[in-house]
Amino acid sequence: MTRTTNYITFEFLSRSANEGFARGAVACFAAQLDPTLEELGDIKTAVSEAVTNAIVHAYPDTLGKIVVKAKILEGNILEVTVRDWGKGIADVEQARKPLYTTGGEERSGMGFTIMESFMDKLTVRSAEGKGTRVTMRRRILPRPASK
Amino acid sequence: MEMNYRAENRQLTISLAGELDHHAARGLMESIDRCIEQNLPVKTILDMGGLTFMDSSGIAVVLRARRRMEALAGSLVVVNIPRQAARVLETAGLGRYVNLI
Repeated sequence: MTRTTNYITFEFLSRSANEGFARGAVACFAAQLDPTLEELGDIKTAVSEAVTNAIVHAYPDTLGKIVVKAKILEGNILEVTVRDWGKGIADVEQARKPLYTTGGEERSGMGFTIMESFMDKLTVRSAEGKGTRVTMRRRILPRPASK
Repeated sequence: MEMNYRAENRQLTISLAGELDHHAARGLMESIDRCIEQNLPVKTILDMGGLTFMDSSGIAVVLRARRRMEALAGSLVVVNIPRQAARVLETAGLGRYVNLI
């Protein structure tokens, strides 16, 4: 078990207007790891994808609760968990395939592919009717100039 | 999210600024559709130079604009793509379908 040295948790309603807040809050928290702009961009993108999935797919016809937890783990690792209590994913393996989407023309089906590419590790746990938990980890490379 | 456009000699230039996410994408798609329908361009240039953030919602926006231009037998070019947005488009392999400059 890797030791957690710091964390934040926040909860919000599954309105799309909150997408910017969620990725911005995680990026602000991650800033203490002294990431490069590119690393920060990757984290914001991955969080945006996970939160958008929850808004679009977990609660398609209703509004529900989304909880985001960001942790700093020993070894300069950021861990982000996005949790919802929505309808769940029937087939996680299929949902993770590139271009697979049930979200219509405004979704590209690339959300999980981007989370996987931009983060070091992605875990998806889901149960139909109970919700989904997406956990992502990214190690921020220590920079020579930073202490 | 801000969108501005300029139409000249059946060439349409659409400039985007701000954050392009799922929240912004639906309205943006409708605005781009309207803009293309009104101007009936032969070529559309999507200028991403002002974007400060883009997630995979941007992929859907680009693909839809490309479909609209194909229906008019026209072309779509995406220019001035910031680094973060370029990483998203590259991950999706969009360069195979759209001219990204």
